[in-house]
Parts: sequence; C-alpha cells; structure tokens
Amino acid sequence: MIARRRLLLAAPLGVAAAGGVAFWSMLTRMQGGTFDPHDIGNPMLGKHLPDFDLPGIAPSPGFSSRDVLAAAQRQPVLINFFMSTCIPCAEEAETLDALSRQGVAIWGIAWEDEPAKSAAFLDRYGNPFTRVGTDRRGTAAIDFGLYGVPESYLIDRTGRIVWHMAGGLSDVVVEQQLTPALARARV
Amino acid sequence: MIPELGHFALALACAFAFAQAIVGLWGAHRRDMRLMAATPGLAVGQLLALAGASLALVLASAWDDFSVVNVAENSAVAKPLLYKITGTWGNHEGSILLWGLILGICGGLVSVFGRTLPSALRARVLGVLGGTSAGFLLFCLTTSNPFWRSWPAPADGRGMNPLLQDPGLAFHPPVLYMGYVGFAVPFAFAVAALLEGRIDAAWGRWVRPWALVSWCFLTCGIAMGSWWAYYELGWGGYWFWDPVENASLMPWLTGTALVHSAIVVEKRESLKIWTVLLAIGTFSLSLSGTFLVRSGILNSVHAFANDPARGIFILGLLGLVIGGSLLLFALRAPLLRSGGVFAPVSREGGLVLNNIFLCSICAVVIVGTMYPPFADLLLGQKISVGAPFFNATVLPLAIPVFLAMAVGPLLPWKRGRLMPLVTHAWWAALAAVAVGGVCAGNMAVLPALAFGAATWLILGSFSEVIERTLLFRAPVANSVRRARGLPVAVLGAAIAHAGMGVTIAGIAGMSLSSNKIVEAKPGDQFKLGGYEFTLLSLSSEPGPNFASRVASIEVTQGGTPVAIMRPSKRNFASQNQTTSDVAIRTNFLRDLYVVLGDERDGQAVLRLHVNPLAPWIWLGALVMAAGGALSLADRRLRVGAPSRLRAGAVPA
Repeated sequence: MIARRRLLLAAPLGVAAAGGVAFWSMLTRMQGGTFDPHDIGNPMLGKHLPDFDLPGIAPSPGFSSRDVLAAAQRQPVLINFFMSTCIPCAEEAETLDALSRQGVAIWGIAWEDEPAKSAAFLDRYGNPFTRVGTDRRGTAAIDFGLYGVPESYLIDRTGRIVWHMAGGLSDVVVEQQLTPALARARV
Repeated sequence: MIPELGHFALALACAFAFAQAIVGLWGAHRRDMRLMAATPGLAVGQLLALAGASLALVLASAWDDFSVVNVAENSAVAKPLLYKITGTWGNHEGSILLWGLILGICGGLVSVFGRTLPSALRARVLGVLGGTSAGFLLFCLTTSNPFWRSWPAPADGRGMNPLLQDPGLAFHPPVLYMGYVGFAVPFAFAVAALLEGRIDAAWGRWVRPWALVSWCFLTCGIAMGSWWAYYELGWGGYWFWDPVENASLMPWLTGTALVHSAIVVEKRESLKIWTVLLAIGTFSLSLSGTFLVRSGILNSVHAFANDPARGIFILGLLGLVIGGSLLLFALRAPLLRSGGVFAPVSREGGLVLNNIFLCSICAVVIVGTMYPPFADLLLGQKISVGAPFFNATVLPLAIPVFLAMAVGPLLPWKRGRLMPLVTHAWWAALAAVAVGGVCAGNMAVLPALAFGAATWLILGSFSEVIERTLLFRAPVANSVRRARGLPVAVLGAAIAHAGMGVTIAGIAGMSLSSNKIVEAKPGDQFKLGGYEFTLLSLSSEPGPNFASRVASIEVTQGGTPVAIMRPSKRNFASQNQTTSDVAIRTNFLRDLYVVLGDERDGQAVLRLHVNPLAPWIWLGALVMAAGGALSLADRRLRVGAPSRLRAGAVPA
C-alpha cells in the first residue's frame, strides 16, 4: 500500500523525465539535420513516380514519366517544380546551377505558368535543367502531391521517389540531405 | 557606455540571484537567523539590478544605439518612440530579460509582503526563486544577451515586424509574463513546503493570493493575445489552437485548478499533496511553453528566432527546475499528512470535480499539441492536429464544468445535499432552458446550448449572493445590510464565474457570424447580416513609417447610416512587408469588421464580417480577472495572510 503510494507520487517525475528525454533527442536530431518537425513530408515519398506526359517550352520537346525512368537507369534524377513569379525559385537557382555543373541530372517542371514567362525566367536566372516540361493546368503536380513551388523530388533507379524537399534548396540542404540521398540512390 | 552598464547590471543580478539561492536555502537548513534575514535584501538587490539592466536596454533602443545587435535587428530610426520602448521585449533576448525582471519583481514582493512569514519558510521561498532566477539570468547572459555589441554599427536598424507594431501587442507580453512568472511564487512555496515536510492551513492562505494574482494576469494576457489575433491579423478568428496559444492555455487551466484546490487546503487541510503538485505543475507548464516555442520543436505562427542550441540550454534548465522539484515531490510528498475527510457531495467534492475536469482538459490540450512532434519522433509520421480535434475533445469536458461551476459554491463544506441547489437555483435553470429553447428555434443546436449554458452561468453564479442577502424576499434595507456583511470573496467568485458565462456567450455569438468576400469598385453596395456596405472611395495616405491605402466604406441598416469604416493596407518599406489594418465598429452586441485586400484594375477585394457578441469573449475574460482581483481584497485573505494587523490588535 505504502509502496504503491510512493510509486504513484513518483509518477509525475517519470512522465517529466520521459518528456525530457524525448525533447532532448528531438533537439539533438534537429541539430544533426535528421529530424525536422517543420518538414511537412510528402505522401509520395517511397512510392513509384506517377505517370505523366508534359509538353515542353516550344520548340524544345517536353518529357514524360517514361523518359525520367529511362534516364534514372543511368543516374538519379532530381525533378524540380518551379514557377516564374516565385521568389524562392529564383533564390535556389544558384544552388541548382552548382548541382548541374557537378553533373547531377535535374529535370524541371514549370508549374501553372505561361511557357513564355517560364522561358524568360530561365533566361534570366540560368537554366540548370536537362529537360523542361510544362504543367500548365497543374495536374501532374497533384499526382506528385505538390505542396508549393519550389519543390524537388529525387528519383532512383527503381523509379521511386527516395527524397523530397518542399521549399528552396540551399547549400546547407544540399550538403546535409541531398548529397547523402544521392549517394544512397547511386548504390 | 549605457549598454555596458546594462550588461554589468545583468551580471550583477545573476550574482545576487545565486547568492539569494545559496544564502536562503543554506540559512534555512542551518537555522541561521543572520543568513535567513539577509535573503530579502539580496532579493531586493537582484530586483534593482534587473531594473537597471532593463532601463539600459530601453535607453539604448530609445536613443537608436545600433551598435547593440539587439537594437539594430529589431528597431529603426523611423520607428515611433512607443514601439522603440515596447519593442525591447518583443524579441527573444529582450523577452528573456523581461522574464527575469518579473521574476525579480516576484522576489521583491515576497520580501516586502512576506515580512510576517515564518523566517525559515520565507528564506526557502526566496532561495527557490533565486535559484530559478539565477538559471534564467545565466541563460540570458550566455546565449541570449541583449547587450551584445557589433562594430561598425549600421546606420539604421532592420526594424520590427510591423505586425508587432500595435499598442495591444506592446503590452501583451508583460501582462502574460506576469501570469507565467507569477506562478513561480506558488511553485517556490510548494518546494519550500516539501523541504520543510509540512503543510497546514496557513500555507494555503499564503499561497492563494499569489496564485490568484498570477491567474488574473494570465487571464488578461491570454485575452489580450486573442484580441490582438482578432483585430490585427484580420483573419476574423479569435483562437486558432496554435501551439503558442495552447502553451498559455495549459498553465491557465492548471492554475485555475490550483486557485480552487488551495481553498480546500486553507479551509479543510485536505488535498495538500495534490495542491503541491498543481503548484509545481503550473509553473512547469509555464516554463515548458516558453521552451517549446523558442526551441523550434513546435510549428507556430509566432516568430521567435528558432535555435536548437538555445533549446538545449533551456532544456537543461527545465530539467533542473522541473526534474528537481518533482524528485523532491516523489521523495517528500509521502510524508505529508492529509487532514479533513469529506463526503462526495460537498464543497470539497465539488472542487475535486472541478480539478479533475480542468486537469483533463489540460491533458487533452497537451496531447493535441505534443502529438505531432512525438508521432514524428517515435513513429515517423507527419500529422497535424487542428481545431476539429480540440473542439471535439475539449467541449464534452467543458460542459460539466459549466454546469457545475454556477452552483458549486452553494454546497456546504464537509457534507451537503443536492436539494438546496434545486431550491436556490431553480430560477436560473428555468431561465437557461427558456433561453436555450428560444435560441434552438433560430439557430443550430450547439450555439443554442451554449447560450443556455451562458445564461445558467451568469444567473446561477449570483444565486449564492442572492440567497445570502435574501434579495427579493426581505425588505431592501435588510438585503443591503446583509450585502455589506457578505465576504468580498463570495462576490468575487460569483463575478468570476459569471465572467466565464459572458465569454461563452461571446463564443456562441461568434459561431453565428457571417462573412463575405467581394470585389468592389467605388459605388458598389453589398448586403450582409442585415447591413448594407457601400464602398465610397479608395485613397492613399502617408503614415510615420509606412504608406497606406485606405478604403472608405459606409455602412447603413435599412437606409439609416450606422458608420463610416476605413480599413487600410499598410506597406512598411523598411521591411518590404504589408499588413492590413482592420476596421472594426462595435456596439457591444455585434462587431462590424472590414478588411481591405488586394487591388486590381480599380477594384479592391473586401472582406466583410458581421460578428454577433464578439466583444463579449474578451469582456468576459476581463470580468473573470476582475472577480479574481475582488477576491484578493477579501479581508479574510488579508488578515489571514502574512498579517501585520494580527499582532497589533483586533480588539473587537
């Protein structure tokens, strides 16, 4: 009886200690970049690339999901959704440019944008994309579970989405997340 | 020079706090009278040093000293002076300093008003306060120092988030922090009691005023925050179940439970262990809320620079304060003996019920707020918990509280019968059913129920006052005489409970609000909620550090003019940010609420709202706080509390 009473009175300490350990592990993993409570995630992560066939910015051809799968056989493909009026898209242009110069295959999809405006955007901020498709009505974006632009998806050899980033790519994100994900996808 | 003096004062305050902790706790342990007598002086010293540090930061900000990093990042030459001053606590570093200052004020108040406390208890309370304060000031000095300099100084500062440039928000943090930090005093009393291994009725009497003051401030602070969200954000809502809002609601719920359970300790020497746990828990929740917001663990609209490194320091601090006190609780609480026994149907029983429900609501809010990060950590699932969850879980738990709180005070101590409740409060119940019934014919079930509950609460709360003054049954003079003899606390409780009813009525009214989004060009008219809104003109006007577009809208009701409303959009060039300045016209029975949106091709987007009873939400909170403050004025509390009168006389 007394032992049970003591146990009951120690329960708050137990709860607080468990909470403390959990918070501590969240904070340390946040610093290490392996835990991000602000990352909204994507239901498509780990799933197969959705089917699509997009026209390009005339006169260049667009691409379809089959083209991506074929290219992904050789090396992982990073699909990047962008839009000409989006400021974070312009901000990540430099990072994308650096990636493409390192030989990473980046394929762009212009989301709900007029092709002429997309072309002007690429002229102004540089074109890091191997190929560009236009998703004027945003239907492919729905299949991708797009949250907003910019957003990037990494496709591995098996055609699965193995990594995903909602928001602009920065050098920190590349170093801490994309580079390891690329290394894993290349194995 | 001034910032260096402030920095020095901050370090001095930290040293005072450490000394206060060591001298107080060691002196009480050794029963050394000289050491114990020295503690209040140290607390006052800490307070003066903190006041100096705060003044230095205010001066640095008011005189535009941009070599101070904190000022450069949060202020600008063009900022109005009022916001230069209030802006010092609108950022992370300054708010930690404010937190420390208020903790210092609490210590100073205990020193001044606690002169008749037993010296060992006072030394221990001040020691615990000093220890907590020392931790926070160390945090402020090492990781969040508002006095850090940078050279060369920038020519102008970066300016404050324009959303914060608002008189309501300027005074929201100090009031809220008075609530949060004020609960440090009941916490310190609880820890001191555990150290002494003894709690009696006097302890309850000492703790209750502190808990009550903090509760009043917290109530006002939450209401101010909610009001700010309503008129400044322009979303037309008043409570969003945002993690930061929840973080303030949790200590409010347990604090409300504490205010009530301390009564039982005071009157009946029961529920001692539970009350101690509530005192520790309330302050712990206040601290955890701050920690969660600033560590970046929770997703929130409230912008503090999130920094996991700071988070780890605060977590360590929390571990010491919360873990230490709960360890002490686990070790010493079994020694505390409970006194009075009581029947399930009694005042004590009612208060236990109140505590169970309030703590259940708090538990639900904690689960809803903490589930997303925990699910992410343990299960790897991305989940968000929003308003539907909270509305569905909090409401069923709140309804029994509403039903019981109107008549709980009618129950006698020890053992009671339910029959007197029926004979004393039947008329309130009848009125509630009538109001609910009439409303049910005109609206959905839930608002009708809420209006019924509000009527029940407002009328029922005064049934004890009416009963005790024999109002309507004895001659008026007789009732007035009885009312004079009525303990102020009874009236205070009735007012506070009725305030909750006012808030519920406001929430119910708000759920009936109507709104409309329209594209308008000058001359267009729109009908909403029985009013006609006519856009008269769109114009540009300059402001002190912004430029604004203003819409003039005439509101009429059946052709009779009601108001000219002028909502605007402000563009703050220095931050390249736009805010909307909502236009609100209230007559206390409904709010007219108009927001100006974007303009295109001579057409402006307008959002029109008609919100019935909206002001009652915050009015009710003020009434609650006023009731609490009135209870404080009760002679019994003052005489019973550390009293200087008792020694003197009371000849009658």
